[in-house]
Amino acid sequence: MGNQTNWNWDPAPESTDHVKIKEQYQLFIGGRFVKPANGEYFETVNPANEKVLAKVALADAADVDKAVKAARKAYSNVWSKMSGAERGKYIFRLARLIQERAREFAVIESLDGGKPIRESRDVDIPLVSAHFFYHAGWADKLEYAFPNKKPSPIGVVGQIIPWNFPLLMAAWKIAPALACGNTVVLKPAESTPLTALKLAEVIKDAGFPDGVVNIVTGDGGTGEAIVNHPGIDKIAFTGSTEVGKKIIRATAGTNKKLTLELGGKAANIVFEDAALDQAVDGIVEGIYFNQGHVCCAGSRLFVQEGIAEKLFRRLKHRINQLIVGDPLDKNTDIGAINSKGQLKTIQAYIKQGKKEGLEMFQPEIALPKKGYWCAPTLFFDVAQSSVLAKEEIFGPVLAIQTFRTVDEVIAKANNTPYGLSAGVWTDKGSKVFNLTSQLKAGVVWANTYNKFDPTSPFGGYKESGFGREGGVHGLEAYLNLN
Amino acid sequence: MLEHFKPVDQTAIEERCARIRTRSIKKGAKIEGLKMALGMIDLTTLEGKDTPGKVTQLCYKATHLHDELPNLPHVAAVCVYPTFVEQAVSLLKGSGVKVASVATGFPAGQTSREVKLADVKMAVDAGADEVDMVISRGEFLKGNHQFVFNEIAAVKETCGDARLKVILETGELGTLDNVAKASQIAIQAGADFIKTSTGKIKPAATMEVTLVMLEVIRDHYFETGRMVGMKPAGGISNAKLALHYLVMVKEILGEAWLDNHWFRFGASSLANDLILQLMKQETGVYQSGNYIALD
Repeated sequence: MGNQTNWNWDPAPESTDHVKIKEQYQLFIGGRFVKPANGEYFETVNPANEKVLAKVALADAADVDKAVKAARKAYSNVWSKMSGAERGKYIFRLARLIQERAREFAVIESLDGGKPIRESRDVDIPLVSAHFFYHAGWADKLEYAFPNKKPSPIGVVGQIIPWNFPLLMAAWKIAPALACGNTVVLKPAESTPLTALKLAEVIKDAGFPDGVVNIVTGDGGTGEAIVNHPGIDKIAFTGSTEVGKKIIRATAGTNKKLTLELGGKAANIVFEDAALDQAVDGIVEGIYFNQGHVCCAGSRLFVQEGIAEKLFRRLKHRINQLIVGDPLDKNTDIGAINSKGQLKTIQAYIKQGKKEGLEMFQPEIALPKKGYWCAPTLFFDVAQSSVLAKEEIFGPVLAIQTFRTVDEVIAKANNTPYGLSAGVWTDKGSKVFNLTSQLKAGVVWANTYNKFDPTSPFGGYKESGFGREGGVHGLEAYLNLN
Repeated sequence: MLEHFKPVDQTAIEERCARIRTRSIKKGAKIEGLKMALGMIDLTTLEGKDTPGKVTQLCYKATHLHDELPNLPHVAAVCVYPTFVEQAVSLLKGSGVKVASVATGFPAGQTSREVKLADVKMAVDAGADEVDMVISRGEFLKGNHQFVFNEIAAVKETCGDARLKVILETGELGTLDNVAKASQIAIQAGADFIKTSTGKIKPAATMEVTLVMLEVIRDHYFETGRMVGMKPAGGISNAKLALHYLVMVKEILGEAWLDNHWFRFGASSLANDLILQLMKQETGVYQSGNYIALD
């Protein structure tokens, strides 16, 4: 009888041999890669080791203007005149090329953003191509989607996307816009521009007409130039509620249409009749997926008191099994925090939790020395009035509360300025339906969490934004319906 | 006590298994895992056509898995019908390999309590270290949980010092909720091990069923501090799948269970694939199956 203990796994890193990252990236305008007008570049780093991956062009207002003009020309001369079936062919081709180059995209996504390769390989990139496939299919069927209406494109669309799902958010924005006949000026997030630039290469390979998609990299100033450009007909933004509010102010009184997908502070509710171990898996998936950099993360956990102790023990046991480290290792469960700035933000919240005297749990693991890391964290008995329960932390930090009755938990779940998503865990179907009709959240998951599908609309209530992405509802955001 | 059963969500169980299958076990960890799996095998022959000659060969293989590869463990146990226990015990004396015997009217269990207990007694008297019983699935599906509980408790008493493995025959239970229920009943009635299948019914062991059983074992450990063993049996014929099971044991129960006192594979052809993979790790190339002895 061998006494086998400490079966530790060797590193299993994904190969990077098939990936080429250039030293310097230009702007993608009018079907060409062009230098920025001011000649300025910024660095994008690998958050797992703080090494510079590439220099990326910083677009200013003049570059944005060029991109908008290119998009307008492509819109007026080619894309809006093309039949839906023809547009669909281009989008289908793009979807296939992304599938073919999925490994390349996945590795770059993990290098640039710090997310585990398991997620970029199994979640992000497959959803990206699924999103293009789904919308390609709509391109010639828009009149069927909106009976008795005459759907027509809006024009040139300015799109600003966040750093948590860089390529997936690009797909969520670009795919419906193109399917509906619009042209695009897209700005990727400052800390994660590389997959969008790789997408630009693939768009070129797919033979899209020049200027249909333009990608301008840069910082907040670049985004502002897009928002304020008079030649843009619609702004689609995903990001923080703070910036979202600024965009509303800036676009007020203009003819620009607007859709916003902003922050969240989702309630994940576990009833005492739930399948406990599966709920634990779902809690972990809800808060630690993508290091908690998820706007719909289940960041407030509500546990019914009768099972609280049992659930906490299982949750701690589960968290002790999570592997935190090299994003490129196939066994990594939690990767690197996206940027130094975000790490500071998260650490400030953890400090605040400690200051409040809350019971905290973190597994005893050694985090890598270089790079930006945060252990998965639990805070117990958090008050509804604590900042940990009120504010979006956007990191691997879970604020746990207990509850006693159904009415109580519904009231507390809705007691937030946000309303993007929620989760319900129970073995009882009637309880699920009761909750889904009363929770003020755009998405409510029952006995699962963080599931995404291009056919299903996604978006929020209240300060989580307006407009939907995905499904038929998502098409509406990119059409004039007369 | 028997009425408080654990709800299970099948979709989420499947997802967790898929997640476990993404674990990538390479290099030293792989070799270690393959050897560990070899040492956890209950080398089994349970056929109507079994003979003393067949049992002799099996017992030899149990301690000589592949002599060309140094430092291989022996298997955990040899599993036979009660009629062959005495022979196996004498062949394996001093080897460290346990002798397990099926009993209680294996595989269907469709006989009286008296006959079942006599079957167990026969195996134990012949020197079996372990008894693999089957539960009465008909009574379980009728809702007669108390009958199943009492039967297991009676068998446990008859086992004496022999360790009792309780076969749930999950392929006949229909749902994962039932698997959890039957596991709870078996553990509360005194099972030392819970085991998925007889190997005579398809599906036999699956990762999903095993995951549910491991979670019930962990629940029991959390509540009482008593460890219970787990034995998936049937359908685990390749090394990669065996490694997935070990990953599951490590993640659900912890490393204390990564020991053949607490975890077994009921399998006959798994051993050869594990040996094949170990030879590949050693030499860098795959060998023909003809270089590894059957039995």
